This record gives sequence, structure tokens and C-alpha cells, in this order.
Amino acid sequence: MASEAASEATPHPQFEPKIVAFVCNWCTYTGADLAGTSRLQMAPNVRVVRLPCTGRIDPLFITKAFEGGADGVIVSGCHPADCHYTAGNYHARRRFAIFRDLLDFMGVDVRRTTFSWVSASEGGKWRDVVNDTTERVRKLGPFAEYQGLSDPLPGVRRRAASGDQVGTPPARGTP
Amino acid sequence: MNELRELARKLLGDGAVKVVIGYEEGPRGVRPVMITDPAQAERLVFDARCVHNLAAYLNPRRPHLTRLGKPAVVVKGCDARAIAGLIRESQLEREDVVVIAMRCGGVVREPTMKPELGPETVSPRCGRCASREPKLFDHLLGVLPPAPPMPAGDDPVARLEQMSVAERWAFWREELSRCVRCHACRAVCPMCFCSTCVADKSRPQWVETSPTPRANLSWQMTRVMHMAGRCVGCGECTRACPSDIPLGLVLAHVARHVERRFGYQVGDDPSVPAPIGAFKTDDSQEFIL
Repeated sequence: MASEAASEATPHPQFEPKIVAFVCNWCTYTGADLAGTSRLQMAPNVRVVRLPCTGRIDPLFITKAFEGGADGVIVSGCHPADCHYTAGNYHARRRFAIFRDLLDFMGVDVRRTTFSWVSASEGGKWRDVVNDTTERVRKLGPFAEYQGLSDPLPGVRRRAASGDQVGTPPARGTP
Repeated sequence: MNELRELARKLLGDGAVKVVIGYEEGPRGVRPVMITDPAQAERLVFDARCVHNLAAYLNPRRPHLTRLGKPAVVVKGCDARAIAGLIRESQLEREDVVVIAMRCGGVVREPTMKPELGPETVSPRCGRCASREPKLFDHLLGVLPPAPPMPAGDDPVARLEQMSVAERWAFWREELSRCVRCHACRAVCPMCFCSTCVADKSRPQWVETSPTPRANLSWQMTRVMHMAGRCVGCGECTRACPSDIPLGLVLAHVARHVERRFGYQVGDDPSVPAPIGAFKTDDSQEFIL
């Protein structure tokens, strides 16, 4: 019932968002594995990228995911004090506190990002993170702004389009 | 100024340093100069046109300068923060440099301008300066001038912060569409010291090299992330930018965010750890599920 109501409210009911999840090997990946072996039902929109630790996740990974066509990003790792490498998640917490704010300042809707702590025993929490993020991003629609960033701005004509041949590189394969 | 020339002459004459990095009168305003001969110390000047951050010459990316021998550097408060940053991050030994700190009453926007400070000519970064009298120095010269006259009016960073997300996106898209990826912002930065920049890596290529808004956004976000909690606010990237992109706005916003969140301000004490690279177990995490 709840999902029907949500699909009526959403402006992009047919849209299947692409979501990339950067997860740590020791907690969230294992938790996601548990969710799978427990046969929990969750949205198939999330592609998981396994990394040793959330401390390994460079903010560039997120930028790169958006560039590559992701509509949303999940970053998830061990709860504080549970890090396999003692402090990787504490470092990541500071870094993402800054990066999330930077994304917001640059005009990226931070509702497209989810940061969470999911332990190896929290298969149910992982399912909720996946489902909530998928529904949230589905409502926001495709991240066309980011993917279309490299299109020319209206009113800006590229040299080739204006008919000026100066500086046009030779066709590939010509000697 | 005579005080500065006298000191430079003495340091070079005694052999305490091999080179004094300072400012001289050039054909178009003030420019950086490296003095190795005590007789040339007369060339040194210091006034409100000395906008360059000379700490950039101590950066380990420029080994050709340190090969001259031990340097003395003429610094303002903002440049002293950069030297403190390099020491904090083990890129420079404190005893390898003689810091000649100048009490500073603010600088003008461009070194080619007249050395007269007014609300229209003063560099916007000088308004929030907390180190007009540097605390990191071997020699502290000059008398503390009055605080610079800042233009009345709104704060561009706060104005951007109050915009909607979509408005900010449009603003940065427009600004970043002008970036030609000359990397002058990186070259001029005293705190950018990696021998190989992530933006130059091609296997894998993390940051696209062509100057499209998408690649430019990625480049600037990467640069700003690397500057978080480290940027000394010297404004050199904004000044060096040939496309006049207001890079300082992002850096200022992140600096304010870091201050609000971690209570950290970039200062000139190298023993205070930077917020990135340190942590507290009870850092707030309201954004994490």
C-alpha cells in the first residue's frame, strides 16, 4: 500500500535510478551479504563497490560515479569504534562531513547521497538504506544536470558549429 | 623598509642565509625577487602592493630554490600561516628557513595598483584576517598599521549560502564553464605540494583533462577538498585565475564550515593539528544514518 501511494506521488514512476554504493569490506559488505542470504527483498538499483574501509573512499569516487551516470550514491561502513583498522571510519566521517557540505555549496542536491553505518549483523538496516535511497532518488529523477554538464550552455556556440574551420583537427586516420 | 633592507643585508653578509626572498619594484608594480648579494638588498620593498604569497617558494615542489641554500622569506600574516602549514605537514623544517614577518595593514587587489588602501582597492581577503601581526617569525618588522578599510555591503559567501541549491548549481556551472584548466590555481598555491597531482594521473584518469564544466567541477571540488582545513586564505588562486573564477568563495565557505563544525581556524602555530588527519571519537554525525 505504502509503495503504491509513493509511486502515485512520484513524478518519475517509470524511472529506475542507478545508485552506486561504496561500502567497507568488514561491516557493510558483510551486512549486505547477510541481507542477501537472509532473502530480504530490496531494490535492485544499487551497485555495490567493495573497498577495504570507508577511510579508503576518496570523495573523487563519488564525483566519478556521478560523472559515470549514477543518480545517487551510498557510502556505508562500520559503526564508530568498530573499524577493522581502528580509525578509518572516524577519518571518513570528518572527510564526508566536509564533502557533503561542499556538494551542497556547489549546487548538488545532497538528497542524492546517503551516508550510513551498517554493521555485519544489520542486514535489515542495509535493506532499509537501499530501499529508502532508491525511493528518494526516484522522486528526484535522473541526475540529468550532472550528466548534461558538458553540453554547451545556451547561447554558447562551439567553433565547429559556427562554420569556422580554423583549428578543426584533421579527421582520425589521416596521415 | 630600511629596517628590512638592513636586516637582509646583515643576514646575507653574515652568511646566515644564502637567499632572501622578498619583493622588489618591477616594471609593472611589485614583483617577487630573490636576493643573493648583500649589495642588492636595496632592491627590497614592502608596502600594500606586496600581495604575492612568497611561502609558495618554500614548497618542496620547487627544489631549485632551496638548492640556493638556506632562505629567508619576507611574509605577511597570511603567508606565515602557509609556512606554519608546511611545517605542520612536515614539508619544511622550522630551522631551514628564516622568517622575516611584516606587520600588515592589508594589501591591494593587484600588485600593479597604487599602494593606497581604500574600500575599493583592498583585497577582499584582508577583512577577516586574524594575523596581521604574525606569531611565527624570526624577525618581526614594521609598526602595526590600522586595520584595512573594508567595503560595506553584503558578504558574497553568505549570499551564496542563502541561495537555493538550483541557484547555486546555475551559478557554479556558469562560473566553471570559463575554466580553461591551466592549473594556475594549483601552481600558485603554497599548500599544493604533491609531486604528482591526482589531476595529472592518467592510469586511471580521475579527473578529466578537457576543460568542460563537468571536468572543471570535478577538478575544483577535488582541489577544495584537498584544501579543507589547510587553505590559508591568501587568495592567490583567485588572483592567478585567468578566467576570474571566484575560487575564493568556495574556499572561504569550506573554511567557515570547518570552523563551525570542528572549531578549527587555520593559524600560524604549526603544533596545532589540522582537522583532516585528526579526529575525535565524538565528532557530530547528524548526516549519517
